[in-house]
This record gives sequence, C-alpha cells and structure tokens, in this order.
Amino acid sequence: MSVDTRKVIKNGYRVTRTRGKTALRIRVPGGHLETRFLALIDRIASQYGDGTAHITTRQGFELPGIDFERIPEINKLIRPLIESLGLSVEVGDSGYPAAGTRNICACIGNRVCTFGNDDTTGLAREIERMVYPNNLHFKIAVTGCPNDCIKAVMNDFGIICTVEPLYDPSRCISCGACVDNCAKAVTGALSMKDFSVVRNPDICIGCGECIRKCPTGAMRRSSSKSYRLVVMGRTGRKNPRIAQTFLKWADKEAILAVIRNAYGYVERHIDRTLDKEHVGYIVDRTGYQVFREEVLKDVTLSNRAIVAQHIQWGGYRYTSDAGFR
Amino acid sequence: MGYQLSREQFDSFLARLQEEYRVFGPAVDVDGGALADTDRITYKEVRCLGDLELNRKSYFSPKEIFYPVRETLFRFCQGDTTEPQIDGKKTAIFLRPCDINGIDRLDAIFLKNGPLEDFYYKRRRDKVRFFLIECTTGFDSCFCVSMNANRTELFDVALRFGDEILADVKSPEFEPYFAGLAQKPFEVRFIEKNSKEVRLPGVADITPDLFEHELWKEYSARCIACGRCNTSCITCSCFTMQDVSLGAENQMGERRRIWAGCHVNGFADIAGGHGYRQQKGDRMRFKTMHKIYDYYLRFGKHQCVGCGRCDDVCPQYISFAGCINKVSDVAAER
Ligand code: SF4
Ligand code: SF4
Ligand code: SF4
Ligand code: SF4
Ligand code: SF4
Repeated sequence: MSVDTRKVIKNGYRVTRTRGKTALRIRVPGGHLETRFLALIDRIASQYGDGTAHITTRQGFELPGIDFERIPEINKLIRPLIESLGLSVEVGDSGYPAAGTRNICACIGNRVCTFGNDDTTGLAREIERMVYPNNLHFKIAVTGCPNDCIKAVMNDFGIICTVEPLYDPSRCISCGACVDNCAKAVTGALSMKDFSVVRNPDICIGCGECIRKCPTGAMRRSSSKSYRLVVMGRTGRKNPRIAQTFLKWADKEAILAVIRNAYGYVERHIDRTLDKEHVGYIVDRTGYQVFREEVLKDVTLSNRAIVAQHIQWGGYRYTSDAGFR
Repeated sequence: MGYQLSREQFDSFLARLQEEYRVFGPAVDVDGGALADTDRITYKEVRCLGDLELNRKSYFSPKEIFYPVRETLFRFCQGDTTEPQIDGKKTAIFLRPCDINGIDRLDAIFLKNGPLEDFYYKRRRDKVRFFLIECTTGFDSCFCVSMNANRTELFDVALRFGDEILADVKSPEFEPYFAGLAQKPFEVRFIEKNSKEVRLPGVADITPDLFEHELWKEYSARCIACGRCNTSCITCSCFTMQDVSLGAENQMGERRRIWAGCHVNGFADIAGGHGYRQQKGDRMRFKTMHKIYDYYLRFGKHQCVGCGRCDDVCPQYISFAGCINKVSDVAAER
C-alpha cells in the first residue's frame, strides 16, 4: 500500500496506530458549528469511519477508522463544510488545503457568556480567514475575557478580549461594589478616594467586571474595543509554559497585523533541518527583541497600546526535575 | 386643544422647544449596556423624533434628570458657603403614565412629607414639564394597572405617536408652539390591562408576624444586594450625604447628596458598627413594605407604580411583582 503521508497529513488526515486506517480532522474555527453539519459528520463517521467522533482539544472533530483510499470521496463530501469557512482560496473537491496552522479556538464569548468582552467566534473566524491555509505550525486562540476559559495562555498567540472601564463620577453612588469585587476577585486595581473611584491603569486587566457590577452605569464600556495579546505559551516535551503578555490595550487591527507578521518571522528563522518547528522555540533562539522588532514592523499601534519591553518565559523544564533527585 | 402633526412638523416643534427647554426622552445609548455589544435605553437629551425610542422601556427611570444621582448641595470655604447654580432652562420630559405617577410619589416624599419642602429637589422639579407618551400596550413586566398608576392627568401635553402625531395640549404654556397646526380633537387613552397582574394584600392583613415569615428567606438566598432595583426605580427616593474636604487644611469642601438604596450594603449601618437588615431577605421585606404598605398609610397611595423596571434589571431574576403576590397569598392565608 502506497500513501504519501506528508501529503495526507497536510490534507487534514492523520497516520494512525491502525495500519491502513486514517482519521479526518475537521476544523471548527471559533468552536461554534452550525448544527446542520453534524448530520454530515455523522454520515462520514458511519459510512467511512468507525461510527465515532473524537472532540479534539482544539475544538475540532476527529473521525477515526477511515481507509486511506476513501480520502478523495470524503474530500468531495466535506466541501460545504470547508466552504463555510469562507476562505479566500478556492478549495473545490480536494479537501482541506493545509493542516499546520491549527484550528483557531475560542471560548463561547459574548454570543452567550455575560463576561465576554467580544464575539470570540467571529474574531476566530476572521483570523482563520486571514492565516489559513498555511502549513506553518501555529496555535492561536481567542478568549472573551481574562477568565481565559479557552486557555489562550497555552497558545503561541492568545488573544484576550478586554475593555477599558470609563468612570463617570457624576453617576457614582459610592456603593463600592466595583472596588470590592476588583479587590476580591480580580487585581485590586480600584480604590475609593473621597467617595469616588480611582483606577490604577497599570494593574487593571480590562476584565470589565466593575462595569457589570455597577448599578448606575457610572462605570461604562469604552466605545473602542481593546485586546491583550499573550505569546509563546505551549505544552510539549521540552519546556511547557504559559504565554506572557506582549501587547496590552491594543486594537484589533494591530493584533491581526502582528500575527500576520509572525508568519514572515517564522519563514525567515525556522530551522529547515527539522520536520517542523514550533514558533516558540524559534523565539527562544532569536531572542525576544528580534521577534518584537520583526512582528511590529509596519504595525500602527494606538496611543493606548503598550508593548512589553522584555519578556522572560519561565515554565517547566523536564531536564531540571530537581524534586526527584 | 388637539392637534395633528406630521413627523416633519413634530421635528420642527422639537427644534423650537429646545430654545427654551432641555428636552429629554427615552433614547438608545448605543453600546451603553453593562454587557459587551449591548445597547441601553436610557433618558437622554433628544433632538428629533428619530432620537426617541418608543418601542423599548428605559433601563433607568427619568428621575435622574431632576434628582441627580450625585449632587453638590453647597461648597464651603472657611466661613462662606455657595450653592451651585443650576441650568436656567426649563426641562421637558417625554415619559409614560407610570413615570408621571412615579414622580408624583417622589413629590410627596420631597415636598409634602413634613413642614419643609426640599429646596434642592424643588428648584429643579419646578422647571419640569411632562410630555406624556400614550401607552396602551405596555411591556411584559409592567403592572401599572394593578398599582392604579396607569392613568394620569398630570401632563402638559399628551402625545400619540404614529405616522402622524396627535397632541392634546393641556397646558397654555405650550399652546403657542402649536399655533397654526392642523387641529384635531384628541383624547389620550390609557392602558386598561397589563399582561402581568399583581394582587395587592389588604392593608389590614399586613401584621407584624408577617415580618418574620419564611417567605423572605428565599430572598436572603437569592438577592446579591447589587442595588439595581433601587437605582432603576422611578419611586426610590432615598439618599445619603457625603462631606468632602478639598483643601489641604480642610478649609474648603463640599457637601453632596447621592442616591442610596435599601438593598445596598451599608444602607442601614449606624454608628458603632451596628447594621440593621444584614439579611438580604430583610431588605426585600423593607423595600416591599415601603412600596406597598407604609407609604400608603402615610400618603393614601402606593409608592410602587408598577413600572416593572426592578424586574427588568435584577441580575438574579428576582421578580418584585412575584414578591407582592407571595405576600398577598401569605396575608390572605392567615
Ligand atoms: S476592568 Fe477588571 S481589573 Fe480593571 S478595574 Fe475593572 S474589575 Fe478591576
Ligand atoms: S459600582 Fe458604580 S456606583 Fe458603585 S462605587 Fe463603583 S462606580 Fe460607583
Ligand atoms: S418597585 Fe419596581 S415596579 Fe415599583 S416603581 Fe419601583 S421599579 Fe417600578
Ligand atoms: S427605603 Fe428603599 S424602597 Fe424606600 S425609597 Fe428608600 S431606597 Fe427606595
Ligand atoms: S436587583 Fe435583584 S439582586 Fe440586585 S439588589 Fe435588587 S433584588 Fe437584589
């Protein structure tokens, strides 16, 4: 049996532990799927696979137990599913055009969740259309607020939707609800001075909880949206670590431009001797300053946006399992 | 006198009105909601008919227009005190019958509750004129009919909005604005039945043992003391005082008054650290009794006018209308 495994993998299928069998990986950008596609997923799984679907950690479906020969047939069937992504490239009947850049994940966001500062699914789909298809290995996730339910901090690029609270003292009844909550459940960025609220912008994380708690609308949302971009979080065999903040209070255009630039940065610095190299390890090699300079090239930052001067990623190194020696 | 106006005529009427009045009405505050990408309907200055939101109820009541959330009463500097001037213009408010009745309930508290009139309230309130928005269908949470607050005569002009606008101009102050417009007899109608009906307990059935009743416990468990039911209520009138010193030597300062709400922590705290009504259920009882019992004993009308805003805004889905019905059931049982 002859299978070009590299080609198959790029097409969204996987080499599995059962020889001769593959598994189809279905992308669901933003983790939100029109349920009409569930019937299609069911049909492929029962007709070509083993009648099961695995819900992946990246919010896709993986359908195992498929014969490699059936790939062309299945690619025809999933055409509407791929077309629903609204990609700029024509895919036709050839299936997924790439697999390196992983499904863009999102928490449920403000379509449902009251904490959500933005429509995370919408943003994830916008990013999907911007970066996919691409064979470079990128993990990107969008989370609606700093609760980070999607675990954006475990991604190469994690977008945390934030909001800048605007305070109107003339509407404030000094009830302290915003101050108490920020102190107990967030970062303690608020304090009360002469019955008015003072916000420390250095430690405010833009969760928007003070706005939700305010009974008079004295705390309100700023009209423009803002985002925190955390970068180079990962799991893996060397040095799992959570992402660190690269940009605060940036606008959407800036965040998207940085991610676009990051693809060029990887193209320039990737170690071609390896089968694949994750962007985080490239940053480890070039250093943060090179990364910073290259991804910010031609990016217009708003006055409010702040860039990290230095980043120290910590994380865990398996080679220093000191506690076991 | 009744008049009929086209929408264009109404807009030019509004433009002329604004020369002498600050004109307020329910309007959309785009993205003004506490949750992202949500609007809030609120009382704002309106310039034209298109600014008025006539299909959705406002989140906050119009009381903040003449009873500010936070108001500096006077400033002092050593021996001198000065009272801040207020805007010289008069105020025109577009509002529904429940809210006019609600303002009547506020008037009783500020102007007819004891020998003194509240100066700060009165000086703003005297400038207010009412433009009644005819309301015959109401909204899901309204129960103004049950509260006998669906009708009012206390308007200056009553309006029916449609393709044409009909106006009943009652106050001579506004006749000049309508001179020359097409006359058409128009008598405003009032809603006669809300989708929500509330059964009020008989005043005699409210006895002290009701205060200890089990029914309040539910609210201790559910209410989070956020105060939205107070801040959105057209008839909540409570305030507290704040003295703030401005200069380094405490020679200058100001005294403010700000809204207070009986559900909010600290409302019933007293000197020495004691606080009444620590339990949220006790606060719910206190509010309920004020709204449908003791205000009535004093003024002969219920304080609550059934605008339903407290139901609309409660994050815990606590229904005040439902609470009144529960009290009635319990009172009737005994
Ligand atoms: S947005 Fe969040 S962190 Fe900032 S002040 Fe409000 S509650 Fe605190
Ligand atoms: S929650 Fe609102 S009203 Fe209360 S102290 Fe904070 S800003 Fe003022
Ligand atoms: S208690 Fe509720 S229904 Fe009654 S006037 Fe106040 S907000 Fe309206
Ligand atoms: S006691 Fe409560 S219900 Fe009564 S007016 Fe004051 S805040 Fe409103
Ligand atoms: S709005 Fe609801 S939760 Fe908030 S204080 Fe009023 S009853 Fe309690």
